[in-house]
Amino acid sequence: METVPATGLLAASWLLIALPLAGAAVLLLGGKRTDRWGHLLAIGTVVAAFVLAVASTVQLSGLTTKSVGVELFTFISTGQLDVTAGLLYDPLSAVFVLLITGVGALIHVYSVGYMAHDPARRRFFAYLNLFVAAMLLLVLGDSFVALYVGWEGVGLASYLLIAFWYQRPAAATAAKKAFVMNRVGDVGLALAVFVMFVQLGTTSYAGVLGSVGLLAGGTVTALGLLLLLGACGKSGQFPLQAWLPDAMEGPTPVSALIHAATMVTAGVYLIARSAPVFDASPTARTVVLVVGAITILIGAVAGCAFDDIKKVLAWSTVSQIGYMFLAVGLGPVGYVAAIAHLLTHGFFKAGLFLGAGSVMHGMGDQTDMRRFGGLAGRMKTTFVTFGLGYLALIGFPFLSGYWTKDAIIEAAFDRGGVSGYLLGGVAVLGAGLTAFYMTRLMLMTFAGRPRWEDGVHPHESPAVMTAPMVVLAVGSVAAGFLLVEVFPLADWLAPVFGAPEEATAHVVPPLAVSVLVTLVVAVGVLVAWLFVGRREVPVVAPERVSLPVRAARNALYADTVNETVFMRPGMWLTRALVYVDNRGVDGLVNGIGAGLGGSSSRLGRTQTGFVRSYALGMLGGAVLVAAALLAVAS
Amino acid sequence: MSLTNYLVLAAVLFTIGAVGVLVRRNAIVVFMCIELMLNSVNLTLVTFARATGTLDGQVIAFFVMVVAAAEVVVGLAIIMSIYRTRRSASVDDANLLKY
Repeated sequence: METVPATGLLAASWLLIALPLAGAAVLLLGGKRTDRWGHLLAIGTVVAAFVLAVASTVQLSGLTTKSVGVELFTFISTGQLDVTAGLLYDPLSAVFVLLITGVGALIHVYSVGYMAHDPARRRFFAYLNLFVAAMLLLVLGDSFVALYVGWEGVGLASYLLIAFWYQRPAAATAAKKAFVMNRVGDVGLALAVFVMFVQLGTTSYAGVLGSVGLLAGGTVTALGLLLLLGACGKSGQFPLQAWLPDAMEGPTPVSALIHAATMVTAGVYLIARSAPVFDASPTARTVVLVVGAITILIGAVAGCAFDDIKKVLAWSTVSQIGYMFLAVGLGPVGYVAAIAHLLTHGFFKAGLFLGAGSVMHGMGDQTDMRRFGGLAGRMKTTFVTFGLGYLALIGFPFLSGYWTKDAIIEAAFDRGGVSGYLLGGVAVLGAGLTAFYMTRLMLMTFAGRPRWEDGVHPHESPAVMTAPMVVLAVGSVAAGFLLVEVFPLADWLAPVFGAPEEATAHVVPPLAVSVLVTLVVAVGVLVAWLFVGRREVPVVAPERVSLPVRAARNALYADTVNETVFMRPGMWLTRALVYVDNRGVDGLVNGIGAGLGGSSSRLGRTQTGFVRSYALGMLGGAVLVAAALLAVAS
Repeated sequence: MSLTNYLVLAAVLFTIGAVGVLVRRNAIVVFMCIELMLNSVNLTLVTFARATGTLDGQVIAFFVMVVAAAEVVVGLAIIMSIYRTRRSASVDDANLLKY
């Protein structure tokens, strides 16, 4: 795919990154002086970036070659190694830029209300701006090195924002956990970049993706698996999924923006962007499929058992990103479906998180759903917007999730053979579980008898918070239809992923898939109603539960496995190393020192201070020297 | 007179001096024993100068005498001041300079 130099507005694409970055710099360096108007500046930079993104995308749609490069400066220049910093504005990055700046701007507005009473609101907005800048660099960079810089930037912003209330030990620990588990994935991405340097001598998308064919088969597979490891870390996919639910310790707008709509989908972007690598390695692609399928089930099962409203949504995010991984793992037929689901998921999951934040706002920061109940009447706007997001997520016919999730399930069945039915079955089962846990969440939160704690007076959130929720709810309803039927995403992304294939023979007719999924979803809703809606919800979680429920409450023991397999042996290793260092290395050095010191102080004892003993020594020495001279002479 | 007699006398004097330095405690006596050793060396120098018919040995002997005179002045002064502070002229009492 050729790239043309940028003209007009597109040449100013760097402003997209520079604006939020400048906002973050002003807020962080300005200190208390910016407390009064800092949040307005932050909103301003992101809204300006959104307007610029819309204008740039309109200009891009008018070009014949829909791939625009912006050369910025030479980043690294040594003998063998030349890395130029540049931006690539093509249809794929355009949709991401629109999602990030659009949803980002809405969530900035929402945060004004949500964080109104927080003394550190300025710092919050500074970090949010930093995040937006890093995320835009991630999707706009024209090389894997630029992507890596953005990748680490969003990791940093995520860490700072999870630990925003760093006085809480749980938040500090969750941030550390997220950071460490992300590092595991980042090592994979870094190694992938190194492999590109060594094997191809370049890291630009054009250079790497254009010459994948030159690489040996094993190298391509290794490259794909390393990229997948990076994607799994960032996107909370199996086996690195455990950090994402804990990341809910951060403020709710952060969960909505970073841990639902944008950052955690960076893994999908990475795999979609590296499509030629995965096209060339069926092994790596199969691993992507397996990871996606496993994660769909892990997320959905764990989501059924948690009582914390944000953690249920977080597990739902894990599960939905599993769908996207499944889709990109299916190959060319799935890329567009994955990106479409990513976009609609960005709308409805951000809306759901903002709704959860609104509920928490009204309930005095309570997150335990067993303490909610009967909120539908008290928080009408929140209930309606949340309900629309819920319907979109479970795939209610003709809402967003219906269009994009069904496309993925169809593509999974179309793979054919046993694996196709297996993957399709997993996806359908996941849809049913999604319907179950989301209905459970809805019923526990908005229906039934109030189970509020004493002194809690639920009230609707201010307009500055509900307005973004309404916009996102509209997106949740309409985005799927718009992206599939009105402005087909497949045509828009054709320059990146190739022209959409004409309808081939489907293994299972699309209508049958839709009916099947809708039926399974209905069963999930019904079961949830039987379990939760029909009877009284106990305020305290039952202690005596069956084995599967206990496993699901412990998130299928992912933390236990991680601790047993990695953390404890790691701690033993470090302790053993400390012991060897203290006793062995330090022991040797200290031993030599002590030995020399001791022997010299013993030698010093011979200096008695008696002149006559010195004289005897001199005489003895003189006699010895004389004897030696005589012995040599004779 | 053979050379041997002079050298034996010098050796005897040197030995007396050396033994004196090692066994006596009185600083004055130790000091005199050092002078005895210096003079035995002078005797040896002069003996060999006479035997070889050169003046070198005699010149060095004069040097030794001059140095010895200066040394006596400094040494006696040190002994005097030590005696004044410690009321003793024993070399074993002046043993502060040790490990």
